Amino acid sequence: MINISNVSHQIGTSVILDDICLEIPSNGITAIIGPNGAGKSTLVNLIARQAALQNGRIAIDDLDLSSTATEALALKMALVSQSVGVASRIRVKELIAFGRWPHNKGVLRETDKNVINLALERFDLVELQNRFLDQISGGQRQRAFIAMAFAQETDWMLLDEPLNNLDMFHARALMQELRSLTDHGNKGIVMVIHDVNYAARWSDNCIGLQSGKLIFSGPTNEVLTPKNIKDLFKIEVSRVSCGSQQLFDHY
Amino acid sequence: MANRQIWLLVAGLLLSSMIYLLWGLSGNISFILELRSKKLLTLIAVGGAIGVATILFQTISANRILTPAIMGFDALYILLQTLFVFILGGMSIALLPNSVVFMGTSGMMVICATILYQFLLKKDGQDLHVLILVGVIFGLFFRSITSFMQRLIDPSEFAMIQSSMFASFSSVDGFSLIISCILILTCLAVIFKHSRLLDVLALGREMAVSLGVSYIAHQRYFLIIISLLVCISTALVGPITFLGLLVSAITYHLAPKFKHAQLVSISFLLGALFLVLGQTAFERVLRLQSTLSIVIEFIGGTLFLYLVIRGRLK
Amino acid sequence: MSFGTKEFFAILSLVVLGLVSVSLGTAELSFEVLYLSRIPRTLSCILAGASLAVSGLIIQILVRNKFVEPGTTGATESAMLGVLIATLFAPSASIFIKMVFAVICSLIGTFGFLSLARTLPNDQPLLIPLVGLIYAGIIGAGVTFIAYQGDLLQYLGVWMSGEFSGILSGRYEILWFAAIAALIAYMSANQLTVIGLGESTTVNLGLNYRHVMLIGIATVATVSGIVVVTIGILPFVGLVVPNVVSRIFGDNLKQTLPIVAFLGGVLVLTSDIIGRIVRFPYEVPAGTIFGIVGAAVFLYLLLRKPAHG
Repeated sequence: MINISNVSHQIGTSVILDDICLEIPSNGITAIIGPNGAGKSTLVNLIARQAALQNGRIAIDDLDLSSTATEALALKMALVSQSVGVASRIRVKELIAFGRWPHNKGVLRETDKNVINLALERFDLVELQNRFLDQISGGQRQRAFIAMAFAQETDWMLLDEPLNNLDMFHARALMQELRSLTDHGNKGIVMVIHDVNYAARWSDNCIGLQSGKLIFSGPTNEVLTPKNIKDLFKIEVSRVSCGSQQLFDHY
Repeated sequence: MANRQIWLLVAGLLLSSMIYLLWGLSGNISFILELRSKKLLTLIAVGGAIGVATILFQTISANRILTPAIMGFDALYILLQTLFVFILGGMSIALLPNSVVFMGTSGMMVICATILYQFLLKKDGQDLHVLILVGVIFGLFFRSITSFMQRLIDPSEFAMIQSSMFASFSSVDGFSLIISCILILTCLAVIFKHSRLLDVLALGREMAVSLGVSYIAHQRYFLIIISLLVCISTALVGPITFLGLLVSAITYHLAPKFKHAQLVSISFLLGALFLVLGQTAFERVLRLQSTLSIVIEFIGGTLFLYLVIRGRLK
Repeated sequence: MSFGTKEFFAILSLVVLGLVSVSLGTAELSFEVLYLSRIPRTLSCILAGASLAVSGLIIQILVRNKFVEPGTTGATESAMLGVLIATLFAPSASIFIKMVFAVICSLIGTFGFLSLARTLPNDQPLLIPLVGLIYAGIIGAGVTFIAYQGDLLQYLGVWMSGEFSGILSGRYEILWFAAIAALIAYMSANQLTVIGLGESTTVNLGLNYRHVMLIGIATVATVSGIVVVTIGILPFVGLVVPNVVSRIFGDNLKQTLPIVAFLGGVLVLTSDIIGRIVRFPYEVPAGTIFGIVGAAVFLYLLLRKPAHG
């Protein structure tokens, strides 16, 4: 469980987050949705301790972010990145190996090699393992980053708008993979999603933010209603049935 | 692959060192050899230190253009040196052994540089251009203050520090040289010990934090080492602005892999090789004295210009 | 405050400073001292400061970038190159000839920079001053190299920090040329403002873009050349003064150009006075003083942009 109590965040005079209180249950996909500038990325960054907490408290599985060593937190949660900065000449396998750092501080042991190979297979990267990151496609790169987070072997995985640069095929593949990680792997996944329908289709819980305020939070099938969506995005949507799923027509 | 390059560089360095020592040897051989060995050791130490400091700096500042010299590190060192003389007076400086003066100045340098540059690097999302410009202006700023203080210092006192201000490769004393080499080797040992950590830092702030590495704390730690290396090389031979950039650009070209164990070795060897070869060429072949640094400035400056314009910013 | 009162205070402060400057020094005050040394020195401070500030403003308009000045365009270094070449090949030439050389080289150098600046994308405002600084640095390295070979390093060193101590009657008059150049710029103030709006707008409004550009460049190069020959380098004047004025008074050239000139003159004069007082009877070059202050202000300008939320 991730406990967020009275978290506020300001940059200069702008209020990015306003007194957010919520609980994110373990094991399942929790989607954070909302219009632009709602503070979604900031919230994820705060949970991932990428930014310092200004007000309030965040605890992840009873570990308080402000008082727990960052190395211990790295064994608890992994943030899936989108870039490697200057170090672009890395091979896929090496990137995934970095995910083992919190466990081995750079020294590869048998267990690490096993996890790395598992990650390579799981995310269909075995053939690409020796290619450089800048030689593979965007979708493949995305998989590599998730494989790296997977290799980190944490209870939680955090993602900030991972679907943005993916085409339909890869976006669905990603969601399927994340789904399987929670179903078979006991992981808790927190992700910022842009498109409401991905949240509706794949997530277990949903959090709605708007202008820094919490609008709703809870199990997806309860809180993701046309009324709530209208409150959030200021747009009328209608519910559409698609087989056993409910989706929203916002076009 | 990288290992082969390292051995090649080592061989190259040994070869050029031999040439430097033995070319045109005549007359009082033992005396000349001793003189040349000192100079050679200085060249290797300084070239290597600058190369390594630059690679380190580029890792912790997440870009391939900034170098300690461009950011004004060496100008800061000279300013502190002048400040030291100004506060203590030339007399007392002359009385203190060289090593104490060096340690005092270096101590101040490490503290100032770490505070100053960590403040700069911390400004998250700071445009790279701003950083570069700020660095260049810092250099000008420190040099102006130095120039100002030099005027304030009594001319006779000034003469005492003059030799170290405008130090060159030929005026190093043996004892300082030995101490410097020991310090450089210590720094190298520390760097190698942390080479895997540096690999993680090179992934960028976001990834490093996610993997549980305290990015800011380690940035500070390595800034201290960088300051120390810059102190040593500036104290030995004065400022050489663009050597670091030249060395790092070639290093990344030769060894694009990210492993710092290799990057650091290669940059050390390249820096040393650069200076030894360059000095040999200028001193023996072209018979032009003390112009090596100017040529480095010229070539390095052009390279800098090229890099900035071509937008090879990240 | 009405414009009249401001003007009055401005002139008053200038007069006061002038008096201070004229009375500072170790020699006995006599008519000769006044005529031969003090007044020329005071006047040259004002002239140099004013024309440097104005040429800084002009080049900022031409390049459409607030962070450039002759010192960051290679104009100053090229001028130095010119003087150096003149000194090497015609050591006994008059100061006028050296000045001509300096101006020509400065023109070439500035043209070089402008063509370089043209290849740069416009959306990265700090790229241009950065490129200019490096470009100036490269020329500077070349200058040092030649000076070294021609055994003129010390000669060069004297120039590197602009100072007014060598100003004597008969040596500084060409600074008036600099002032004239700046005055020409003032008369073309309106046209220069239009240039600042870009080439297409300029052509649209019926102005000859190249023509006005050339006047602007010629002014900058001339001023740089003259100042370098007589005084040496006064860094940051051309950068800091126009920026400060623009922040307070805006960008209407016809109005701000006189203010820029005035402030430039006053600041350089003040720096010179400080330089003379601080370690009396020794002198600290005005260029050094302004180097410190100017750099500090520039850093402040660079770092002050707060996060826009």
